[in-house]
Amino acid sequence: MKITGADVLLKSLELEGVDVVFGYPGATVISIYDALLNSKIKHYMVRHEQGAAHAADGYARSTGKVGVCLSTSGPGATNLVTGIATSYMDSTPLVAITGQVGTTALGLDSFQEADITGITLPVTKHSYLVKKVEDVARVVREAFYLARSGRPGPVLIDITKDALDAMTEFNPPEKVQLRSYKVFSKGNGGKIAEATAALSKAKKPLICVGGGVITAGASPELLDLLQKTDIPVVSTLMGLGSVSAKEKAWLGMLGMHGTPTANYAVNDCDVLLAVGVRFSDRVAGQGKKFAPNATVIHVDIDPAEIGKVIRVAIPIVGDAKSVLGELVQRVTPPEIDEWLEKISLWRKEYPLRYEKNGQLKPQYVIQQLCEVLGDRGIVTTEVGQNQMWTAQHFAVKKPRTLITSGGLGTMGFGLPAAVGVQIGNPDKVVVDIAGDGSIQMNIQELSTVKQYQLPVKVVILNNSSLGLVKQWQALFFEERYSGVHLEASPDFVKLAEAYGIKGYRITDSSQVRATLEEAIAYPGPVIMDFVIPPDEKVLPMVPPGKGLTEMLGR
Amino acid sequence: MHTLSVLVDNHPGVLTRVSGLFARRGYNIESLTVCETENPDISRMTIVVDGDDWVIEQVTKQLHKLVAVHKINDISEESAVERELALIKVRVKAENRVEILQTTDIFRARVVDMGRSSLTIEATGDKVKVDALVKTLRPYGIVELARTGIVAIVRAEAN
Repeated sequence: MKITGADVLLKSLELEGVDVVFGYPGATVISIYDALLNSKIKHYMVRHEQGAAHAADGYARSTGKVGVCLSTSGPGATNLVTGIATSYMDSTPLVAITGQVGTTALGLDSFQEADITGITLPVTKHSYLVKKVEDVARVVREAFYLARSGRPGPVLIDITKDALDAMTEFNPPEKVQLRSYKVFSKGNGGKIAEATAALSKAKKPLICVGGGVITAGASPELLDLLQKTDIPVVSTLMGLGSVSAKEKAWLGMLGMHGTPTANYAVNDCDVLLAVGVRFSDRVAGQGKKFAPNATVIHVDIDPAEIGKVIRVAIPIVGDAKSVLGELVQRVTPPEIDEWLEKISLWRKEYPLRYEKNGQLKPQYVIQQLCEVLGDRGIVTTEVGQNQMWTAQHFAVKKPRTLITSGGLGTMGFGLPAAVGVQIGNPDKVVVDIAGDGSIQMNIQELSTVKQYQLPVKVVILNNSSLGLVKQWQALFFEERYSGVHLEASPDFVKLAEAYGIKGYRITDSSQVRATLEEAIAYPGPVIMDFVIPPDEKVLPMVPPGKGLTEMLGR
Repeated sequence: MHTLSVLVDNHPGVLTRVSGLFARRGYNIESLTVCETENPDISRMTIVVDGDDWVIEQVTKQLHKLVAVHKINDISEESAVERELALIKVRVKAENRVEILQTTDIFRARVVDMGRSSLTIEATGDKVKVDALVKTLRPYGIVELARTGIVAIVRAEAN
C-alpha cells in the first residue's frame, strides 16, 4: 500500500521510538501536521521554533533519548538554528526536521525558502536535503543513528514539500549502512595499560570529568574508580551530576568560575585523567598554563578532541563507560595521603563563600532550592550569573539533573528546555533558574507551559541587569556600564498572572524557604521573582587569559 | 605543504562541507581539486594544505568526522605521482617568439592557441615544473594563467 511521504516520516519516527515531537506548523509541513492526527506521536506546539529546538534538547539531555523538533521552511527553519547550535556545542542527540519548498521551487528564492542545510552546515553532525519520497525512511534511520551514536549531535532533515506529498511504499531499511562512519567504542588496550601504570604510581593524581561521562552513562564506573582509589575529582560544567557533589572525592567545578580547591588541584596534580571533556577555553584558557605539572591521560570518543587544546601524553579514544570500567579493573590504588592532606587544607582555607549581610542573596536562594528539591528535581538554567551561581551552589547529585547550555551559552535556553524536561520526566519537579535578562529571551514559552499544564517552576534571580556582562564591565572595563541595565522589565508576577500562572515576588531572605516549599508543592506552573542586589558577583573568577590559580575573589 | 588524498561521497554539497570545514577552523587550502574515481559513487579530493604537523593532524581528524568522508591519505610522505595542468597565455613579439617556443619545448609543454600578440601554452607536470615554467615565462608578460591544482595518486609497489 502506498502512503504519503509525511506518513512515511511519522512511521519512521515511530520505529525509532519517538513518542513526542516539539514543533510549530507552517505551509511546507501542513501534510506532516495532517499525518500527526493519525499518529501515536504526541506533538507539543511551542510559541517560537527556537523553543522547539531547546525543548527537544532538554528532553534529550534529561532522558538520554533523541529529541525531535519540527518546523516549516524559511523563517521556521532559521529560528531553529540557535537551538541546533546549542545542541551541537554540547553534543546532544537531536533530530531537527524542517519542511522545504517544492523541488521545482528550490533555488528560485521562493516564498519561505531558506537554504537551511547550508545555513546549519557548521552546527550539525550531519544533514540531509531530501527531495525524493523514496529516501525519507532511509534518511530518518540514518539520522537517528548518527544523532545518538558515537559523539552525539544534531542531525537536520530538510524535506521538500513534494517529497512529503508524494506516495510510496513504506519499506524502512533493516540496517543503517554508512560505510564512512565509524564509532570507536573500546579503548586501545596498550594505552589503557599505560594509563593504569601512570595512575597507579601517581603521587598527586586528579580526575577531571565532563559531559561525555554523562552521555556514556559512565557514572557507576566513575564511582567505582573513586571508591577504589580515593583519587579526587573535579568536573566541567557539563559534567556536573556525573558524580554526586556529596562524594568525598568531589572538589567541585574547575575553570573560570570553579572552586579554588578544584583549580589549585588541577594546577598541582602530577597525573590528570580527563574523561569526556574537550578543554573549552572556560576550563583550560588557551591551554598553555593548564595542568602544567601533569601527565595528561585523555579519554574521549571523538579522536579530534584529543590534542586539540592541550598536549596529551596518553590518548585513549573510546567510550567513557568501557574505558573507565577497564581502568577500575586494572588500577592499583596509588599512595596519595599527602596529596589528600594538601587538598583538605585548600578546602578549609578556600571554601566557596559569599557575603552574608542580610540581603537576599542569589547563592542562598539556590542553596535553599537544592535542599527543598532533594532528589525530586531536575534543574535547567539560563545563561549568565544565574547559571554560574547554580553550578557553584546547587549540589548536583545525579546525572541528567542539571540541564544547561554549556558550550554555546545560549540565553533563553532554560525555559523551553524545562518544557522538554518536564514532558520527558512527568514525575520530577522541574525548575528553571533564570535571570531577568535570559528569561525574557524565550518568555513566550510560558504559553506552552500553560497550554500543556506543565508544572514547571521558574526562579528568576532579578538584579535588573545583565549581571555577568555587568560584572565583566566592573572588573575589566573600569565600571563603564554599557548596555546592561534592564530598566523596563515587566512586572514578572503580573506577567505570570497574564499567562494564567501563579506568581510570587520575594524581596527578603526570610521568605525564601517558605516560598520555595509552597511553590514546589503547588501542582501547577509558578514564577518566583527574587529581587537580588544589583551588584552581586560570581566569584571566584579567573580573568580571561589567566591561569587557573590567578583567581579573583577567592 | 601536505597533499591529502581524500575519498568522499560523490554527492552535491560535499565540497561545501569540506571547504566550509577548512574555512571555519582556519586551515589554509593551497589547492583543491575534485574528480570522479573509478567508482562513480566516490569522488577524490586532492587537497594541498599548508600547516605544521599539529594542523595536519587536526585537519585529518576533523575531516574524518564528516560523514561524507571515507578515507584520507596524507601522500606527501609517500611515493606518489603528482600532476598539475596549467594554461599560460603569454605575450609574444616577433623578436621573442622563437625563444618562447624553445622554452615551451624544453619544458615539454605545447602551444595550444595562438593569436596576434599572444600564445597559449599547455603544461603538465608536478608543481615544481609548472612553477619553473611560469617563472621563466613571466618576463615576457603573462596575460592570463589558469592552473588546475594538483591531482595525485600513490605509486604502485614495484613488482
